[in-house]
Amino acid sequence: MADIVLDKVSKRFPDGTTAVQDVDLEIADGEFVILVGPSGCGKSTTLNMIAGLEDISSGELRIGGERVNDKAPRDRDIAMVFQSYALYPNMTVRENMAFPLRLAKLDKETINQKVDEAAKVLELTALLDRKPANLSGGQRQRVAMGRAIVRQPKAFLMDEPLSNLDAKLRVQMRTVVSRLQKQLGTTTVYVTHDQTEAMTLGDRVVIMRGGAVQQVGPPQELYDHPRNLFVAGFIGSPSMNFVHAAVEDGKLRTALGDVPIGERVRRELEAGDAPRELILGIRPEHFEDAALIDDETRRRGMEFEAPVDIVESMGSDKYVYFTVEGERATAAELEELAADAGAADFAGGGSNLVTRLSAESPVREGESRRVWFNLEKIHLFDPGSGRNLTLHEGRSAGALAD
Amino acid sequence: MAVESTTRAKVRWGLLDVVVVVFALVPVLWIASLSFKTPATLTDGKFWPREWTLDNYRTIFDTDQFVRALINSIGIALIATTIAVVLGAMAAYAISRLDFPGKKLLVGVSLLIAMFPQVSLVSPLFEIERQLGLFDTWPGLILPYITFALPLAIYTLSAFFKQIPWDLEKAAKMDGATQAQAFRRVIAPLAAPGVFTTAILVFIFCWNDFLFAITLTSTERSRTVPVALQFFTGESQFEDPTGAICAAAVVITVPIILFVLFFQRRIVSGLTSGAVKG
Ligand SMILES: Nc1ncnc2c1ncn2[C@@H]1O[C@H](COP(=O)(O)OP(=O)(O)O)[C@@H](O)[C@H]1O
Ligand SMILES: [Mg+2]
Repeated sequence: MADIVLDKVSKRFPDGTTAVQDVDLEIADGEFVILVGPSGCGKSTTLNMIAGLEDISSGELRIGGERVNDKAPRDRDIAMVFQSYALYPNMTVRENMAFPLRLAKLDKETINQKVDEAAKVLELTALLDRKPANLSGGQRQRVAMGRAIVRQPKAFLMDEPLSNLDAKLRVQMRTVVSRLQKQLGTTTVYVTHDQTEAMTLGDRVVIMRGGAVQQVGPPQELYDHPRNLFVAGFIGSPSMNFVHAAVEDGKLRTALGDVPIGERVRRELEAGDAPRELILGIRPEHFEDAALIDDETRRRGMEFEAPVDIVESMGSDKYVYFTVEGERATAAELEELAADAGAADFAGGGSNLVTRLSAESPVREGESRRVWFNLEKIHLFDPGSGRNLTLHEGRSAGALAD
Repeated sequence: MAVESTTRAKVRWGLLDVVVVVFALVPVLWIASLSFKTPATLTDGKFWPREWTLDNYRTIFDTDQFVRALINSIGIALIATTIAVVLGAMAAYAISRLDFPGKKLLVGVSLLIAMFPQVSLVSPLFEIERQLGLFDTWPGLILPYITFALPLAIYTLSAFFKQIPWDLEKAAKMDGATQAQAFRRVIAPLAAPGVFTTAILVFIFCWNDFLFAITLTSTERSRTVPVALQFFTGESQFEDPTGAICAAAVVITVPIILFVLFFQRRIVSGLTSGAVKG
């Protein structure tokens, strides 16, 4: 049990790559923190520095209040679960789980007792005499977890522990991990590139990009109040819609119509170096079929009409895809996110909108439909810096706020 | 239909296998057969000896010549193998684990050595060794053997090392192992099959060499078996040594076969499977 503090921690590899840059992070005792970001953003490197498998180039790492920069992994009392599981193939499941205890020179009886206990928690008892080669992926994953929990370390580090499982098993194991962490109350740092895992698992989420921390906070806060374009685009599935917006006559000219702006945003845009072009971001659930809303709600937003491309009925609601004419939103962040998602620009001209409408909506593919969206939930981003202009004291208040 | 075709395919493959095995084994079996024949029936052209005898074996172990050559062969091959495998393991570790300047060059040069025709080196080596006093000594053979076995060792070992899941080393360190413990208890058991395989290949190379052995030796002091066989005369000058030579050939083949059989279990790959997702 211990807190982990990263104080301006950086990592430069000998070949000149700066993989991690000035990361400040305070992880409380017992907290479950998720490091998330596209691949190559420095998550594993950060984790390896906490583990002691990589040297820290500059900055300080403290575990339980003690500086551990120069301590070997074995002296940090931290357990790690690897993406590859890294089970010892020449040892049985029991021997694998007993390995850390044997190195710690515990007596045989205690070792057996602890291994049996951990095996029971992870439902591995029947498999104790098997070799890893004779286990399924999910079982190997559990053995890897078992090896980590068996010696009750100060903290767990997990590097994409579920990414080699198939989708169904991943969801299942997610709850196992979550329950286990709550049960044991051990400080945990969990790395993933999957935003769903990040949203569902952790107490707090750290979003990284290019070796730097973008935003730290509880999942819901990151979702509702993204500090910048990157965070906004990374968190959420389907992800936020981004539309080009030109500032003209105190209004935003967009493909969804002219969007009015409130005092606060106006003031932001009056500054000398303020951008003349913005990116408007809005999440799928903040759209609604215009025929289905009452007047009270209607006043809080505005409407547009667009041709319907695809309707996906999810039962509880409908995902409706529209194409809107007009310039596309472009920014380095968006390109990076698209590249990470493996989605190079598939749309020709115009931009695609993903909306989540009520199941009652009679919307049909091919028709043109009137759609309402909530102006209070809009985010405006500076395409140059990626900054969220609608964010005030960490809260996002939409485009209309005064 | 599908069943039929797989059965036919099996039969076809089976026949092909038999042909290959017979083709490879006939000369060996023939020599074995000759070694059990008496001088009178040696040339009768029968594959199966009509009269069995162990005289040929007795002859070769009675002559000092052969025993001495056997000792030379074993000693030289073992020493050369050990050194080549140790050096090769270090180089292969570096090649498969580390990024260092000149890595490509090292690999290229060792490839070059492997491709270099040995015949063209024999005369210069002969001259050099005579000048250095290495001619007709054990080191005189061990050194060139190491040189030519090293590329082989480096290649096979780095292929094996590349397959070792090195995450395991990190895992062991996280589990509380020192660097030495991680190597001894986790990495070494996984590297062993590769090392044994390489050792066998190198040993066979040294054991079977004829070219260097005939050029760089002149007396029983360091003559190895393949060469000694050529100088075999039998007990008297007028005796035909064919039977004895065949017996000797069998005797030097047996250790190799035993060696491979003994280590076969260790060579079986798949020992590392299951370490990572797989
Ligand atoms: N040993 C290394 N030498 C040089 N660069 C490295 C090394 N390891 C990782 N990197 C680089 O550092 C960056 C971060 O890597 P990593 O932490 O593995 O990313 P992630 O785990 O977020 O996918 C990447 O650009 C990667 O290419
Ligand atoms: Mg990684």
